[in-house]
Amino acid sequence: MTHEQLTQMIGTATHDVFSTMLGIELEDGESYVDDAPPAPAEGVLALVGLAGTWAGSGTVACSATLARHISGQLLMQEFQHVDEEVLDAMGEVCNMILGNVKTLLEEHLGPMGLSIPTVIFGRNFTTRSVAKSQWSVVKFNCAGEVLEVHLCLVPSRETSVTHRHPAVLSLNNS
Amino acid sequence: MPVDVLIVDDSAAIRKILQRVLVQAEVPLGQVVEAGDGVEALARLKETKVGLILSDINMPNMDGLQLLNAVKADDGLKSVPFIMVTTEGGTSKVMEAVNLGAVGYVKKPFTAEQIKEKLAGII
Repeated sequence: MTHEQLTQMIGTATHDVFSTMLGIELEDGESYVDDAPPAPAEGVLALVGLAGTWAGSGTVACSATLARHISGQLLMQEFQHVDEEVLDAMGEVCNMILGNVKTLLEEHLGPMGLSIPTVIFGRNFTTRSVAKSQWSVVKFNCAGEVLEVHLCLVPSRETSVTHRHPAVLSLNNS
Repeated sequence: MPVDVLIVDDSAAIRKILQRVLVQAEVPLGQVVEAGDGVEALARLKETKVGLILSDINMPNMDGLQLLNAVKADDGLKSVPFIMVTTEGGTSKVMEAVNLGAVGYVKKPFTAEQIKEKLAGII
């Protein structure tokens, strides 16, 4: 799969989820391939694993402010803090975006598995892939904030469906 | 006549949204029962008789396809209409659900109109 193909799939899936479920029309931001490990970040990050003939990880990340806005639009209520409901909503947004990317990928790569989402909220955390592969990064502008979708996908060494490509999250102590 | 509905999804957000969408779709709702996975759903079904089941596929403990299988194997439950509501849009999952006896399939993201169309003629 090329970066351009992945970028297009991410764009299609993300716009579809936001317009249908949240009533939000996203503005496209930049997209690029990220070779270096991401710098320490803060906010909310939701992550799912993909497995099949190609395997990898996908993440949806944004600030706490945007996570509260997205969750508010999804559930039609206001959130003053990032709480369990916000984390659950962000996990589901990630599940829908990457689930729809998975459906698009399956047209080219055959059946794939999708893990249940994990959501992280905090400050000064770093994500990296054990496989040290490239990440396709697609950014969107929403309510004055940035939403980032990252996808790392590589051919599996075996064709069996296994989780061969875990993402790793570390919390910096500084 | 009001319909009692079981909504099965590991996301509380989606359970809440589905309940709202059923109201928007003008479904005559009776009691709405929620479950976070297939195991919990089977426990709820022992306590409450429902007229419709809406279930996700990808859930911990027991997924939606396993739940559908268990429902269809139970003489007291097998006639309850079962609709999958999931991001799993791949043909293989759709075919598996239909072969197991699901009467409908709604892909996330969804609109109230899509849910209404899917329920037309079922309830």
